[in-house]
Amino acid sequence: MTPGPLLLFDLLLPAVLLWLAWRSLTSSDLFRAVILFIAFNLLLALAWVRLEAPDVALAEAAIGAGVTGTLLLAALTRIESAAGRRLSRPARWRPAALVLTGTALLAAAAGLLWSLRLLPTMPGGLGPLVDRHLAESGVDHPVTAVLLNFRGYDTLLEVAVLLLAVIAIWCLDEAVPFLQQPLESPLLTGFNRMMLPILLLSAGYLLWLGSHAPGGAFQAASLLAAGLLLALFSGASLPAQWSGLPLRLLLVLGFLAFLAAAIIGPLTGRALLHYPPAWVKPLILLVEWLLTLSIALILTATVIGGRPTGSRPYPPPASPAAEGRQR
Amino acid sequence: MDPRDILSIVFLLAAAPFFLAGTIGLLRFPDVFCRLHALTKADNLGLGLIVIALALQADTWLQSARLLLIWLLVMLSGATVAHLIARTALRAGRKPWSGRS
Amino acid sequence: MTELCLGLALFLLVTIVLGLIRIRRGPSDADRMLSAQLFGTTGVAILLLLGQATDRTFWWDVALVFALLSAVTAIAFVSRNEPSETAQQQRDDHGS
Repeated sequence: MTPGPLLLFDLLLPAVLLWLAWRSLTSSDLFRAVILFIAFNLLLALAWVRLEAPDVALAEAAIGAGVTGTLLLAALTRIESAAGRRLSRPARWRPAALVLTGTALLAAAAGLLWSLRLLPTMPGGLGPLVDRHLAESGVDHPVTAVLLNFRGYDTLLEVAVLLLAVIAIWCLDEAVPFLQQPLESPLLTGFNRMMLPILLLSAGYLLWLGSHAPGGAFQAASLLAAGLLLALFSGASLPAQWSGLPLRLLLVLGFLAFLAAAIIGPLTGRALLHYPPAWVKPLILLVEWLLTLSIALILTATVIGGRPTGSRPYPPPASPAAEGRQR
Repeated sequence: MDPRDILSIVFLLAAAPFFLAGTIGLLRFPDVFCRLHALTKADNLGLGLIVIALALQADTWLQSARLLLIWLLVMLSGATVAHLIARTALRAGRKPWSGRS
Repeated sequence: MTELCLGLALFLLVTIVLGLIRIRRGPSDADRMLSAQLFGTTGVAILLLLGQATDRTFWWDVALVFALLSAVTAIAFVSRNEPSETAQQQRDDHGS
């Protein structure tokens, strides 16, 4: 029996979520749409908690609250500074667009309902099946077992998609520094000094947690990415000798390690992604560590939004003397 | 009733007015500089009271420490963000409200 | 105790809904950003209360992640407004 306040909570939350989603899609001011989307992400994490899906809630909190908002703000700033003005959307929808979108939405909803009917009715879903084989998976947390072992190819392809996104972004343009000069504030410097080690530590904590409780590579990677972004905002830049091959190698490292672990199976007479039972735990651990590193860099590269320019991805912070000469 | 429970209830009940004050401040204060106070002061104090109430209920010291860590982190970001937003608004040429408008 | 935690969580969600009015009204970008920031703090409080009420303290890890990341978006916002004074002025004229 759901207690009264909780029932009201569960009714209010989806209502607010729907309203925020609608406003975020239709708001004519793009900046406002981004802020509404940030609020939407925050409440969505609460909704996942209420649905008892702590892994998804953690991922939503880490990626939604930290990285997506920053990504959207950086992208908006970039297109606005290219356009030289504040951008907005027409407040009114054209009837044709409204009809098309409405039809597409209805079709998608109908398709979802239809596929719901086709789902096999299994008491408890696939949960019992996963629990029965948990001992063979090399980890103690069912979600991690599914992600990196039982359904490893899903995760492998996800990482490939992330990598392709970065390649596509790098093909489009060179990185434009979204800071003409780094944010200079003694408070921010102090904040970064405290936060960077804490973020690193927490990323390690979430990664470690993933083997037996909600947590894992994606969540840890977004914390690392947040740390990298904080450093970028206060003017840090990748040393020139690192932005060539080393950066590219680090970006693909996770994917390559995962792929290598995947083809151990066929080489030893098993199926693809079928790890040798004796090596399961160290293999998964290694893949997860390298994935965390690569995903963190991939997320950061997406926010920066362009390939490294020439030898340096960022111009070094202009020194006061150089500025004086320019004037 | 356990005295710890009574203390927790008192702290929880005390937290609610601060969150309410934060929201009223956000809605009613005249300019962005005033509204920053709602962000950094009222809500962080409310969160602190909730943290104390829950830390009293925790089974182990580790749990209480975790709660305190969360509170400290929120205060740290709150203070930094408030400073940066205020600076942005000031540089954008916004004049702080002086009571004569 | 559980009832009180849940009631307080509901109350906090209501304060978030009321705070949405400030995002609607603005007037400036900074106002909207700081409302989103306020929701972060309230969200942490809701997560802590829900975790306590349902006796699942791993939800506190979600609150921890919120607390860790709450500043990043706001710092991105501030850096967005940093570049040039004139573009900044235009934005604010439009906003108010």
